[in-house]
Amino acid sequence: MKKFLTTLVAGAFAVVGGISATVADPVKVGFVYLTNPGDHGWTYAHEVARLEVNEHFGDKVETSYVENVPEGPDAARVIRELARQGNKIIFTTSFGYMDPTLKVSKEFPDVKFEHITGYKRSSNMATGNIRFYEGRYVQGVVAGMMTNSNKIGYIASFPIPEVIQGINAFALGMRSVNPDAEISIIWVNSWYDPVKEADAAKVHIAEGADILAQHTDSPAMLQTAEKAGVHGFGQSSDMKAFAPKAQLFSSVNNWGPYYISKIEQMMDGSWSTGEGPDHWAGNTWLGMADDYLVLTDFENMPADVKAAAEAAEAKIKGGYNIFTGPYSDNQGNVILKAGEAYHDGNLWNDMNYYVEGVNGKIPG
Amino acid sequence: MIEQLILTVIMTSIPLIFAASGELIAERSGVLNLGVEGMMLMGAVAAFAVAMGTGSPLLGMFAGAFAGALTAGIFAFFTLGLATNQVATGLALTIFGTGLSGLVGAPLVGQAIDGLAQVHLPLLADIPFLGTLLFQHDILAYLAVIMVALCAWVLSATRVGLILRAVGDNHESAHALGYSVLSVRLLAVIFGGMMAGLGGAYLPLVLTPHWAEGMTAGRGWIALALVVFASWRPWRVLGGALVFGGITIMQLAGQARGWTIPSQFLSMLPYLATIIVLVLISRNREFALANSPACLGRIFHAGK
Repeated sequence: MKKFLTTLVAGAFAVVGGISATVADPVKVGFVYLTNPGDHGWTYAHEVARLEVNEHFGDKVETSYVENVPEGPDAARVIRELARQGNKIIFTTSFGYMDPTLKVSKEFPDVKFEHITGYKRSSNMATGNIRFYEGRYVQGVVAGMMTNSNKIGYIASFPIPEVIQGINAFALGMRSVNPDAEISIIWVNSWYDPVKEADAAKVHIAEGADILAQHTDSPAMLQTAEKAGVHGFGQSSDMKAFAPKAQLFSSVNNWGPYYISKIEQMMDGSWSTGEGPDHWAGNTWLGMADDYLVLTDFENMPADVKAAAEAAEAKIKGGYNIFTGPYSDNQGNVILKAGEAYHDGNLWNDMNYYVEGVNGKIPG
Repeated sequence: MIEQLILTVIMTSIPLIFAASGELIAERSGVLNLGVEGMMLMGAVAAFAVAMGTGSPLLGMFAGAFAGALTAGIFAFFTLGLATNQVATGLALTIFGTGLSGLVGAPLVGQAIDGLAQVHLPLLADIPFLGTLLFQHDILAYLAVIMVALCAWVLSATRVGLILRAVGDNHESAHALGYSVLSVRLLAVIFGGMMAGLGGAYLPLVLTPHWAEGMTAGRGWIALALVVFASWRPWRVLGGALVFGGITIMQLAGQARGWTIPSQFLSMLPYLATIIVLVLISRNREFALANSPACLGRIFHAGK
């Protein structure tokens, strides 16, 4: 009897061993989302990329995500939990996860962390970003040519570097074609509050704006524009379905290639944080030239505007640095003289002003 | 320009008017339902789904009311039927409604509909200025004002209102007089849910004609604050909603015009105003007692 039991147990182990030998465990990949993928903006774009990851790797990779994770210290709890669950690489997809990701990265040296849109790194935490502002320069060109009232209404979320870069790039594009146009900014203090975004759009229109731009995530602004008969630009994903007559174009964030390449690097051992003598060069920060940022079709605009938009897009893809002098801030102080240009570090550290053409002051 | 701004204030207040007057009726019967946000979201998702499926925003409106009432029914089952704690159950209802609406609404994301049409009231709509502001709205906006008037009239001038207030102020006496405390509260809670559902429905049917998870973004909580702000009086709810809406729009317009008041400060004004009102009414004991239901949040056991 005893021998029989031993045989049975040994057999059982053999079977279990056999299973684990034939099926390789998939590599687990975790994502932390700011809102739910249903926002049809920022997080939706990340979700599209996650599905591309699934498609690309098949059963070699197992992805999971946690949605509606508030920015700030509490996010550390979620990130830590993902690391505990055995995720080998974790993408935290919003600026406000920077410090929590950094903290957890030190607790799990064997896990790779990828923080999206931040600037802090550690030995196992890299940063990745898209040059969103490139699309906004093209938006500015289109807005500058399309506006009749010379008033552009801009809806912004939070005054962080990425958003300020976007506002200034928009203004430089706008002023390159129309020196009289001005941008008013409404901060809604949220990435995602459809009703407030719609209210802000209505207020802009009531104040005379005829072109709207947004750095928030819902399609509410474009829907309001559609109803009021003015034009605007979509954010993060194509919002044409919500505003077929109002959308001039959307800048679409294409995170798929980034995620796939970083996961591949993690699997073959070539993953690195990119940290080197120039901290800013270590950031994976690609834009339109590499299809990380994709502009949808230019629509609802006359042919000459479309041509100018295409030219601006081609110019940036050809390597044009948008933040090239001469330009001044909106107080009249010269920021860059002719021939001077910003490098990436300046974009993060020194851009604490609005350029000419933007009304008001940066809050806080 | 000012016309458009005021119009925006009115429109942004409508969901608050619905949700807060519904909650007011529930609270006057003695039931504190903190699940307004969840009920609004259920109303919003149902309204959008039906409006999209049938092509009729009007049917969507009814669906929103029905879904809100049904969600409130769950709350009633627990708090009235099983005598659970109202605060905890209400919070759970908000979480439940947020989650379920997101789940049900997942396939609806990315779709757009034509919202409710504007109904221009004949002659009245042609009055300069006022006509644009007051008589060129959608049917839900008119309904909001009618419902406030109805609530005010029922509460102050009818036998039904008297019974409702009796149940809310002293459920033991009302019970001793032969009124069914639980039935009255059930109806009040269901009514509150229906109104929250209509308030939620206003978002995807009028304000932003699409469905997005969590699209109420805290308006249910503002509605709760509004009931207190209004010291449990329907017409004050209407006034308070316009004040809250006005503050919201003023802070947006102020920014567009380059005012330098921090927008965070203006964002917290509705809550600040509520606290100030609370302090003021608590200073005058008679005044506070006159309106706030004495049995608010207290569980009623018939056998006691």
